[in-house]
Amino acid sequence: MVAKRKKKYTVGEGAQFMTRKAALKKLQLSLNDFRRLCILKGIYPREPRNRKRAQKGHTGIKTLYYVKDIQFLLHEPIIWKLRDYKIFNRKVGRAKALKDFENLRRYLNNHPTLKLDNIVKERYPTFVDALRDLDDCLTLCFLFSTFPSLPHIPRDQSALCRRLTMEFLHAVIEAKALRKVFISIKGYYYQAEIKGEMVTWIVPHHFSFEPQQKSEVDFKIMSTFVEFYIVMLGFINFRLYHGLNLYYPPKFSSVSISETEKSLVDEEIFVSERVCALNFPLSKTSEVAEEEEIEIDNFNSEENPEKIEEAKREAEKIKKLKTLFKGLKFYLNREVPREPLVFIIRCFGGEVSWDKTLFVGATFDENDESITHHIVDRPSMPKQYISRYYIQPQWVFDCVNARDLLPVSKYFMGEVLPPHLSPFIDKERDQQYIPPEERALYDPSILEQQYNKDAEMEEEGKEDDSEDDNGEEEDEDVEEDKQDSTMEEVEAEVIEDNTNKKKPKLSVTTGEVYKEVPWKKDQQDRQAFKLREKLVKNKHKKLYKSMMEGRKERAKEIWLLRKKRRLHDEKQAEEKKTKKKQK
Amino acid sequence: MGKLEKPQKRKLDKTTVKERDLNNIEDTEDSEEEDFFKDQIKEDDSSDSEADIDESEIDESDNENYESSEEESEENPDDVSSAEGSENEEDDEQDELSDNKEDETSEEEAQIGDKHEGTKQDKNKYKSKDKAQVEKHKAKTEVKVQTSEAISDKIEGSKSLVTTNEYEDHDTSDEEDIRNTTGNIPKNWYDEYKHLGYDWDGNKIIKPETGDHLDEFLKRMEDPDFWRTVKDPQTGQNVILSDEDINLIKRIKAQKIPDVSFDEYAPWIEWFTSEVEKMPIRSFPEHKRSFLPSRTEAKKVSKLVHALKMGWIKTREEREKLRAKKEPQFYMLWSTDDQAEDMRRIHKHISAPKRLLPGHAESYNPPPEYIFDAKEMKDWNKQKNTPWKRKLHFVPQKYESLRRVPAYPRYIKERFLRCLDLYLCPRAIKMKLSIEPESLVPKLPSPRDLQPFPNTLAIEYKGHTDMVRSISTDKTGQYLLSGSDDCTVKIWEVNTGRCLKTIQTDSVVRCVEWCPNAALSLILVATGNDVLIINPGVGDFLVTGKTDDVLKEVPQSDVVVSERVKTTVQWCEPEEKLYERGVRMHLKHFKMVTQVTWHGKGDYFGCVMPDGQSRSVLISQISKRKSQLPFAKSKGLVQSILFHPTKPFLFVATQRHVRIYDLIKQAQVKKLLTNSKWISTMAIHPGGDNLLVGTYDRKMLWFDLDLSTKPYQTLRLHGTAVRGVAFHKRYPLFASGSDDRNLIISHGMVYNDLLQNPLIVPLKRLQDHQAFNDFGIFGVHFHPLQPWVFSSGADSTIKLYSN
Repeated sequence: MVAKRKKKYTVGEGAQFMTRKAALKKLQLSLNDFRRLCILKGIYPREPRNRKRAQKGHTGIKTLYYVKDIQFLLHEPIIWKLRDYKIFNRKVGRAKALKDFENLRRYLNNHPTLKLDNIVKERYPTFVDALRDLDDCLTLCFLFSTFPSLPHIPRDQSALCRRLTMEFLHAVIEAKALRKVFISIKGYYYQAEIKGEMVTWIVPHHFSFEPQQKSEVDFKIMSTFVEFYIVMLGFINFRLYHGLNLYYPPKFSSVSISETEKSLVDEEIFVSERVCALNFPLSKTSEVAEEEEIEIDNFNSEENPEKIEEAKREAEKIKKLKTLFKGLKFYLNREVPREPLVFIIRCFGGEVSWDKTLFVGATFDENDESITHHIVDRPSMPKQYISRYYIQPQWVFDCVNARDLLPVSKYFMGEVLPPHLSPFIDKERDQQYIPPEERALYDPSILEQQYNKDAEMEEEGKEDDSEDDNGEEEDEDVEEDKQDSTMEEVEAEVIEDNTNKKKPKLSVTTGEVYKEVPWKKDQQDRQAFKLREKLVKNKHKKLYKSMMEGRKERAKEIWLLRKKRRLHDEKQAEEKKTKKKQK
Repeated sequence: MGKLEKPQKRKLDKTTVKERDLNNIEDTEDSEEEDFFKDQIKEDDSSDSEADIDESEIDESDNENYESSEEESEENPDDVSSAEGSENEEDDEQDELSDNKEDETSEEEAQIGDKHEGTKQDKNKYKSKDKAQVEKHKAKTEVKVQTSEAISDKIEGSKSLVTTNEYEDHDTSDEEDIRNTTGNIPKNWYDEYKHLGYDWDGNKIIKPETGDHLDEFLKRMEDPDFWRTVKDPQTGQNVILSDEDINLIKRIKAQKIPDVSFDEYAPWIEWFTSEVEKMPIRSFPEHKRSFLPSRTEAKKVSKLVHALKMGWIKTREEREKLRAKKEPQFYMLWSTDDQAEDMRRIHKHISAPKRLLPGHAESYNPPPEYIFDAKEMKDWNKQKNTPWKRKLHFVPQKYESLRRVPAYPRYIKERFLRCLDLYLCPRAIKMKLSIEPESLVPKLPSPRDLQPFPNTLAIEYKGHTDMVRSISTDKTGQYLLSGSDDCTVKIWEVNTGRCLKTIQTDSVVRCVEWCPNAALSLILVATGNDVLIINPGVGDFLVTGKTDDVLKEVPQSDVVVSERVKTTVQWCEPEEKLYERGVRMHLKHFKMVTQVTWHGKGDYFGCVMPDGQSRSVLISQISKRKSQLPFAKSKGLVQSILFHPTKPFLFVATQRHVRIYDLIKQAQVKKLLTNSKWISTMAIHPGGDNLLVGTYDRKMLWFDLDLSTKPYQTLRLHGTAVRGVAFHKRYPLFASGSDDRNLIISHGMVYNDLLQNPLIVPLKRLQDHQAFNDFGIFGVHFHPLQPWVFSSGADSTIKLYSN
């Protein structure tokens, strides 16, 4: 008897995957509902190892899900809620059509709501897991907090986003967790370290909302994401506040923010109050002395003591960073974006205020003598105090990234700012272009050299000028000198010739020490390597080639950037010179 | 309705009275006017607004004006037409209307002031001129509340007339202008007719004569009042605007209240106040029902109370609370930081990769080198349709201050794309290779540790006039032998580079080989179909002489030479001429000989005739002067043959394979698979266990005969066909020459230990030969004693490289 032949694709990759269409059929959901379910539950398509086998012999590209994932969705109670929604919509539509307002109101009042608490727990079994995925959540919530009311987006969503993001910022301030900041053309990047996880988020610049074409952006999808992210961020905030001994929802210790009713009325007021709130500390549940920083103990472990040393240094730096602005008093001028600056300054222990008459929440006035830094973003100011520095906002950002108070001279009001560098560059990666400013951060001597160079150049310029002034007299002198010198040279040559003639007759030439020419050795090595290169295994040949090509390309890019920089610097130096001459 | 409005009216009248007071109008007149208003109200109930009243007033005053002016009309009726040049004035007025510049206004005013008297007169004149005109003027200024002093003066003057002529023309206050009875129709309907419409009596109103442009121009130049002349659409007559009219227009233009005398800042009088008046306005008492609680209302309230009680309706606070309850409630979801509670998770979760962090280029104030120059911008624009090929997904921008940074226009789009990625993008774990490319290159000892090897060009042997195909040295390494396409064989002294001897042959020399037996001074030369055995006559005199002696004795053998061999080769004694050149034996083959090779002992040698089919390999013995054909059947196109240095083995390289035959057993021992298209040459290691095969498809194959029939290592050191390979007899070196003019010296160490595989290290690439007809190097030969190498090239030179 012949054993029954096994059907194809009943085991292995063919049985593991399911196309989206099959999934829809299995779950008995519409595409929209399925999309929503996937977003809420965090189910995503998978890339199979062998697409053809996974698609049961079909070629072409289909969206494939794990069968196990779909089975997991099958048991999801949310599906029933989604069906309830469907029914609800139909009822409401009918009532509306019939103008049955009484029932309509009743329906609308008890509309079905999704409860996502357990899904948050399910998707992120630990708090750290949730923190790891916080980047997208925060970025989207910050974006939504700037949105006006839009069709397809529930009205309270953006309000809740506003509330939760603000709470999160407070938590970051209280924990002093901010590490890096960056002003990009897209917005403000912030990076905070929470429980050892690096959380990065972007806050867009002002007026980021633009109406989008329907084909470009589907706000409905984003809204579904936000629906989940709100719940997630709320729980994270709760836990963060709890860990920091703060009340949740937050209570402000000193100032009672004016009635919420008012804030709901006017967007402007809301924004200004939100910034204002950042300026006040939250009240704590218990007045416990702050946790002392845990010192890293000295373990005499053999495995790389250098690394431990490095970690220690890093910890020291971060400790310093946390109190970077302590004792400094900042005053923000009217045109300076307040929200990012207040957040940053408060994160690092500084005090900050602004014009009382313009926005609420100012803590001290402009004429306060103890203000150390006045942040302005305009070329000049009519009335200035001597007791403080007038600096541009970039100083604050650069200080945080440098983890030190930088000299203010380059950031004074009206100065041309030095470039703002990204703090997110991975220093370990080789073959990347490092602009001279960044190199100067690691090694200040380089910049000094550059300055010296500039100074020299300037001096030279001066000398030239002086020569020009003196004019003819000097020229004559020079000519005379030249004549003298040439005479002398001729004589010397004659003498030398004589000696040369005499020498070979009797002397024994001393043996020359063989000097190894360094470049020749290098050349030899290179040649040898080139030959050796040809012995790369056939299997690795393509890989090797592509790697080398990539390396070459990167080198070219670096070269190009360097060249551009050089040209730019030269051009600038020339301009400087001409300016000086014109003067 | 009338009843209700009465008190209101009275009040309104009061206001007008007040206004009058403010405008310094005499009391007597006021009283009179009041009376008049009262009358009017009685007459016309429907007129109930202040504006109407004012209008009536205007009518009145206008009428007065008219009256007064009529009296004066007789004095100079044609004054209107008398004109003076007033271009400036006109310009002024235009400016006035458009710009409202203050200084000009003042000028204007001054001018007007100068002409005060005259204009006054003018006004009177024009009013007197035509009744219709005056009426029209009035219509124009319907809105106006006419209370200027001048007019009031006139009113005073002509009080008596007012009373008499009150309703002469129009008896209603809100009457529209009905001099033309066509009504409110587009005037262009009458464009084709001579008349404009019909007057009250049904007579045609004839269009006034319109002058041509010249007339108009003259008028403009001459008439001082031209700038204030407008055309009345009702009658088609020109009307000169009075000062008041102009003032009015100016005020409207300046968005002021048209009435000069109207005080905007007068104290506000509340007509309808919440204050309880002391005296009731109505004299009857309130009705009883206004004191009784309403029963229906009580019913409604009780219903509401009941609903509240039952919780059917909610108060606002309750509703707030409910809504707050519906909002997500947050609590301690995770009790610890990193301990997972038992939870169902999705299968083999792959968390989404984080977004790339921004580099310097994304900064709002990047270093200047990151800003695109013209070329980069052009490239960027060129890739508009293929944005994924761009290096950056944005154009770097530089803003001089934070204040100038605008919102990023693609921000929302980018966030949306990220969302799409999160739920739509298939995820898989991909191993990322994090190795340096150097680690793929095999680790080999440095060439410096493997010295000595030839690395510098020492001597060049020049003298041939065509490609040098083959070279060889004698056993001591003193002399170099070379055969070339110029039909000569040359013998060189290695150390000096001097050509000792040139032997002319009849045809192209394809191969030369020096006898490995030191006791014999013989060379093999393959030229055309012949193989010449030549005594070069260099070196030890004794040896050369002895060789000649030995070769003179012709051995006698009784073995019958088979027909097959006979047709292949014929052993001939050289002719006299040839003998003088040194040729001691002459073998004539039936096909072209491409290669000759000695057996290690120096008695046997092999010839290759590729075209010879089954007779392509021939082995000859000098001592017996006979040849034999080892193979009965052809296995392919034979490329080259080789004797094993110690064992009685013959290596035969056909196009693709190398076969090893045991000559004693007369059997094939091995077949080496080269996996290449066309073998060119081969060389054997002096130890006899390793074979190097060069191929035309750029490869060199190192066979370890102990290991397998497949190459131990394939070396792709050359870019083109390999034409010559050689092993050094003493040093662990081998060399290869190819058409790309490269001579590559490599280290090839063979160990006695069977467990250790040969070590192959390419050492040096030498490229000194010139290319000629796409050929580079033909022959490669090592010096028998020194670590030197000879190479013969297509550029007709031979080069010696020493260490």
